Amino acid sequence: MATKVVRPKRAKIPVRGPGKTPITLIVNGQAHEVLVEPRRTLLDVLRKDLGLTGAKKACDEGTCGACTVLLDGKPIYACMALALECEGRAIETIEGLARDGKLHPIQQAFIEEDALQCGFCTPGQIMSVKALLDANPSPTLEDVKRALSGNLCRCGAYPKIFKAALRAAALLESLKARNSH
Amino acid sequence: MPKVIKTKTEFEGRTLEEYVVVEGEGLEPWEPQAALRFVGKGTPRIDGPERVTGKALYTADVQLPGMLYGKILRSPHPHAKIKKIDTHKAEKLPGVRAVLSAHNTPKIAFRRQTFLFDEIVRYVGDEVACVIADTEEIAQDALELIEVEYEPLPFVLDPEEALQPNAPKVHPSGNLLNGEPEVYQRGDLTEGFAGADVIVERTFRTQCALHNCMEPHGSVALWEGDSLTVWDSTQHIFGVREGLARLLGLPLHKVRVIKKYMGGGFGSKNNLGKYTVIAALGAKITGRPVKIILDRHEENLAAGNRPSSVQRLKIGAKRDGTLTALELKAIVAAGAYCLWPPSVGGPARELYLCPNVRTEQYTVFTNTGPLSAFRAPGYVEGTFALESLMDELAQGLGMDPLELRLKNYAEYDQTTGRPYSTKGLRECYERGARLFGWNLSPAPSPKGGGERFRRGVGMASQIWSGNGMPPAYALVKINPDGTAAVITGTQDIGTGTKTVLAQIAAEELGFALDKISVEIGDTQTGPYAPLSAGSMTVASVGPAVRLAAHEARQQLLDVAAQVLEVPRESLTIADGLLHSSALPKPVAVHEVLKNLENFMIIGRGARAPNPEDVAVNTFGAQFAEVLVDTETGEVKVERIVAVHDSGRVINPLTLSSQIEGGIIQGLGYALYEQRIVDRNTGIVVNDNLENYKVPTALDVPEIVFEMVDRPDPRANNLGAKGVGEPPIIPTAAAIANAVANALGVRIYELPIMRERVLKALGR
Repeated sequence: MATKVVRPKRAKIPVRGPGKTPITLIVNGQAHEVLVEPRRTLLDVLRKDLGLTGAKKACDEGTCGACTVLLDGKPIYACMALALECEGRAIETIEGLARDGKLHPIQQAFIEEDALQCGFCTPGQIMSVKALLDANPSPTLEDVKRALSGNLCRCGAYPKIFKAALRAAALLESLKARNSH
Repeated sequence: MPKVIKTKTEFEGRTLEEYVVVEGEGLEPWEPQAALRFVGKGTPRIDGPERVTGKALYTADVQLPGMLYGKILRSPHPHAKIKKIDTHKAEKLPGVRAVLSAHNTPKIAFRRQTFLFDEIVRYVGDEVACVIADTEEIAQDALELIEVEYEPLPFVLDPEEALQPNAPKVHPSGNLLNGEPEVYQRGDLTEGFAGADVIVERTFRTQCALHNCMEPHGSVALWEGDSLTVWDSTQHIFGVREGLARLLGLPLHKVRVIKKYMGGGFGSKNNLGKYTVIAALGAKITGRPVKIILDRHEENLAAGNRPSSVQRLKIGAKRDGTLTALELKAIVAAGAYCLWPPSVGGPARELYLCPNVRTEQYTVFTNTGPLSAFRAPGYVEGTFALESLMDELAQGLGMDPLELRLKNYAEYDQTTGRPYSTKGLRECYERGARLFGWNLSPAPSPKGGGERFRRGVGMASQIWSGNGMPPAYALVKINPDGTAAVITGTQDIGTGTKTVLAQIAAEELGFALDKISVEIGDTQTGPYAPLSAGSMTVASVGPAVRLAAHEARQQLLDVAAQVLEVPRESLTIADGLLHSSALPKPVAVHEVLKNLENFMIIGRGARAPNPEDVAVNTFGAQFAEVLVDTETGEVKVERIVAVHDSGRVINPLTLSSQIEGGIIQGLGYALYEQRIVDRNTGIVVNDNLENYKVPTALDVPEIVFEMVDRPDPRANNLGAKGVGEPPIIPTAAAIANAVANALGVRIYELPIMRERVLKALGR
């Protein structure tokens, strides 16, 4: 990832709140300063304060995965993190995937395989696939299933999501091979 | 000229007779062998890019300047009288803009059984008040400051108990919906059972299942002067418009309902919700837009469910398997309020040839969350009981289950006496059996004991309407640059409607698919389309779109013939090019239109009535293979083979998603899902996704499916029927039959949880 991650030392975080407090978040490589109550979750700050509504609020209690974003490259449920905890760390959301108007290969694969129906869980599914492929460029079907086991899809698009993840892996591999020539 | 006709339509197991206005000429369906360019092709969703980038704006994503948030206070009691509500403390909390309750809102009757804010609450989760505040957090804080004095009343949670004469009454009129059971009868039961060589009779129980759509129910309301605009997560924008106008005393042209994208509904979003009316009132009172989105817990308390059922089913048959009589008595738990009870007896009435049939359904009010439609309401439950007992009958007769079903194959709809327009069920059986490797002849026998894991196979059949109906309208507009817009007031609830409508329009116009846009989900711009339910969207709206495109094409040809000075009959359109033997080379549509200033072609289309002489239905069969761990009781579904007949397939790609999704939802219903209500308090103890188990990525079996894919020439001008609900209907029944085959004993209650398996095995 291009963003340089600077981790503040936890011990030095002063007590803040209960009123609104300024927080700087690095989202998709850009810094954003927001003034929010310390109890506000990362998900609510993304959606309400930054207008990034791609991550969805479906349960707000860490049980469905629709709000999955990447924090320092690892998938997390954005509803289970306070925005405060994420200060200075690299946050990657679905909005950061497409570059220069071109869809990311994972997004492309999701469309081609029809790996969605209502699409509400899709941003979270895609971010989980992104985290998987960043860490493991050639996953097996079992790897894919395990990586997605924390992302519910009530429409039952799972079989196509598996196909999309594997297709995306192949697409990314071939892109990498082409770029290395 | 518009014509007013009276028509009969089947919707979710009941026949409706209504007047509809139709206009325009009919179009014959495309020939089965016609070379079509877009219809029948597996086209990726045209709205895929916005859905995979997070740009698609769902109701929950709508944020307006100055928008406030509403949070609803819900009853902690299953049945109580509200003696007093004190909202003063809540109102004083900084950031709170209003608290709505019976005190400051009009007494609005809701669904004829309650009021928007009623003085009696009838289930844990019933609406009591609503805080409107600057933020969701403040609204949530304020809820805790509202003081309500309740007088608890006696309550009843179980539908069988609710039918007892001394049971507490949920409504003053009694606990039985309409005061009587819904009865259907044909032939003579006594005679039928007297003529039977074998009689099987069992009681089946199915659980209450929760929809858990990923996007919760919710609305955003905005007043501009005396005009109300509502973004609503709904399957029926026109229904919401009508309801809001009626309840708020507004003319229809002052109410606009918008729903562009929706995160699932499965029937639970068919009707206007209280939260929508409350948002509209809250926005009126505060003068600012108001958003109310239910949280996951409210979703599981107050947003509907597939009700539980108790089904006493009895089948009589001759030694050769011929059915002689079929009797069903079903009790269905409505919950506290009920609009449209599921038709649990549908499969018993329709699926098999049987001269003597009686179904009796008691829909019973209880002090639990209200039911709503849930993907093939009634038929999922009814098919589980019927197909389980058919297997038991087959076993008793020493027949193959499939052979028994073929023996009682119905060539006509026995409830109306009409022949089926087309019925591909026999082919579904044959192809399914072949794909699956069905081989249990002469009878499935329990596998030898001793081993820990036991394998079993089972199958089940599906019948459903899916015929579509009028009224449904569409416009097709051709722009000067040779692009076109399809405009209709339907909704895409995640099924792929938009894409299918674009394919139909492109086919009829002769335009490339990427030249078509589809504008839906707005009552102010789109002509009427029905609710997206009952597997009827494509079969209702699709034919109207085809007619509108046809009319637009006729206008285009009229104009082109004059501009190009060629005979009109010589002109054809393909890929946006006008071809004629009288032209030296093809001419692009936009070349013709560009010289006509901003001349705009507008084609109109209206869905024609359904045929009166045939029954239009969908059919299918599914086969399941399971592996049961006899030590833990775990059932693993290894494989499902499905073959369905829904007429012509318009988009095999998006259709396959619906088939797979229906099967996976059916699997969850068969094995994991059930709402659990604490019998002492009426509280739903698993109103969340942690404890209410929906299928995850790890639960998905191998799914193999095929479609019969034969156009139904009588259904409509597409030859297509619905496919949203059919795939969920037989799944639980097929799995239950496979489990019975594996264990050698049958489980009569869903879901087939581990403890039930172990109990059935005597452990």
